[in-house]
Amino acid sequence: MKPDIPAIAVENLTARYGERTILEGVTCAVRPGEVFLIIGGSGCGKSTLLKHMIGLYTPAAGRVCVHGVDLSTLDEEALHGMRKGMGVLFQSGALIGSMTLFENVALPLSEHTRLPDETIARIVRMKLALVDLAGYEDLYPAELSGGMKKRAGLARAMALDPKILFFDEPSSGLDPVSSAELEATITRINTGTGTTMVIVSHDLDLIFHIAHRVVLLDSETRGIIAEGDPHQLRETSRDRRVIRFLNRTIEG
Amino acid sequence: MNRRVPDPHPPDTSGRPSRRLSLQRDTAGTGGLRLSVSGPLDRDAFTDFLAEWQALLPDIDAGRPERIAVDLAPVSTADSAGALLLMQMETDLKQRAIAVDFLHASGDIEAMFALLREQSARTHAGPVRTDGGNLLVRVGDAGVRAHQEFVVLMTFFGEMIAALADACRHPRSVRWGDVLVSVQRAGLEGLPIVGLISFLLGLIIAFMSSLQLKPLGAGVYVAALVGISVVKELGPIMTAIVVAGRSGSAFAAEIGTMKVNEEVDALVIMGFDPMKFIALPKILAAVIVLPLLTLYADLFAILGGLVVGVLGLDMTAQTYIHQTLQGILVTDISTSLLKAVVFAVLIAGISCQRGFLVTGAAEAVGRQTTSAVVSSLFLVIIADSAFAIALHYIR
Repeated sequence: MKPDIPAIAVENLTARYGERTILEGVTCAVRPGEVFLIIGGSGCGKSTLLKHMIGLYTPAAGRVCVHGVDLSTLDEEALHGMRKGMGVLFQSGALIGSMTLFENVALPLSEHTRLPDETIARIVRMKLALVDLAGYEDLYPAELSGGMKKRAGLARAMALDPKILFFDEPSSGLDPVSSAELEATITRINTGTGTTMVIVSHDLDLIFHIAHRVVLLDSETRGIIAEGDPHQLRETSRDRRVIRFLNRTIEG
Repeated sequence: MNRRVPDPHPPDTSGRPSRRLSLQRDTAGTGGLRLSVSGPLDRDAFTDFLAEWQALLPDIDAGRPERIAVDLAPVSTADSAGALLLMQMETDLKQRAIAVDFLHASGDIEAMFALLREQSARTHAGPVRTDGGNLLVRVGDAGVRAHQEFVVLMTFFGEMIAALADACRHPRSVRWGDVLVSVQRAGLEGLPIVGLISFLLGLIIAFMSSLQLKPLGAGVYVAALVGISVVKELGPIMTAIVVAGRSGSAFAAEIGTMKVNEEVDALVIMGFDPMKFIALPKILAAVIVLPLLTLYADLFAILGGLVVGVLGLDMTAQTYIHQTLQGILVTDISTSLLKAVVFAVLIAGISCQRGFLVTGAAEAVGRQTTSAVVSSLFLVIIADSAFAIALHYIR
């Protein structure tokens, strides 16, 4: 991977649901190896931007390039190939309810690799240990707490050692301790493996603790209103909306 | 602090609404009026209060004051309905160009009144919902929507047929474990209800027809009547209805919930085709189960008829079975099995498709589950009619 090619480049992206425009003319780039946060208030299109980045939605206009490849030029098969290099942690974990934790984490491995079962089992146990869930292999998702589901989802997202990991609201619905644990896990994986992280969040703790760079979306302009290091933004930004969001104030 | 304060306004026991508003000339001599408000200013008092206020308006008009002082000192409690009343008074007086001062309001009432007044004054240009428009627009919209839904449905059935063809070419790629689970749920666990319904159905047909045929001495034909009607028509249809209600709804609800939980998105991201991963096993299970259930239903219906034949028509079991077998042709059984396969594909297909249509939350799961069952029944009866016509011309 060449360092000058961004891991993800979003160019002039416009997103619509039916006739409602969610995002308009959004341009941003995620550098390889960084922890990149998409932040903003509820309903400003954060998750929509994320789902465009992973190719679940097709842009109404503009394009999304992953490792320099325009997603819209790929056919279904090539898109599948591209997605093998991505892991996604959905808001609720999105574990398959009819499968045990072990089967959930093993799922991408048994589908996309020709590894023997014994090796797959060892990888699964390794990934589960990485998110502090060793020993929980035989439980079903319904038997887990919200935080455990998220961590299990993370283990599954990392099963194929993706180059980019996406997180949709990782700290939502978690108590402060679980949230801090997840933060620590994310940082550990990022520094340990150099995996690029793209995280959607409005949790200020998470933003200031782990983000290398953020983009702030705004529902009124339907686009990015600030970009950069969150600490620096808080110090230097003159934009009322940015100050309000990052300082959690109503009057700015 | 549990001092009991004597209630300044004891409940009115006379049954007559107590007066809450009283109007006096202002003693300060400013040419204004003084209105004193008393009692609780809350939800329970709202209607009486409003009526009293409106009755008072002509008096106020007659007095033509420049300003009115509203004395709130005797008000014991107030809630948002009370604040609304005060706002109503304010608006009414403003329309008459009369200034109003609220006096002696307790801190609580004043704070709440101020908050509600301020918040109500805020007007947001919220999202505008355009619902329908005139009849022509709505009909046009419905037409466009129906067309879009039809395209989505046909695309789904196209993909489904491709997936089925692919499954035939590469049977090892099918998730047979999931197929077995669905076979168990849709088939094995459905045996009691299918058996019961079919048995009673056969019994009823035999009983009703025996009442007609026995006086003519044609009771022996009851066996063939039950056999033919059940094998050709009622067996496949009844089984399809039960499977649509039991399993079609289950398929739609399961897939819909997976959609809500983002499990479907997660599968797509992991490189799985949701059609092959989730829908195909269910469709295959239905295709396996429905013909077997249909045969089972046929047997139980004939058994029901046999009970009537033996007990009510004095036939021996052997005669009844012999008569039944004489009535049914092998082609009847094979076409009924073919029907069952077609019904299975339709029921499982439309139910899975409805499941994938779920967007949003729990409410959508319920709506699409209902739609799955209704559409299944609709498609089954349409297909059955098509079979009836086609078979008539083939013979």
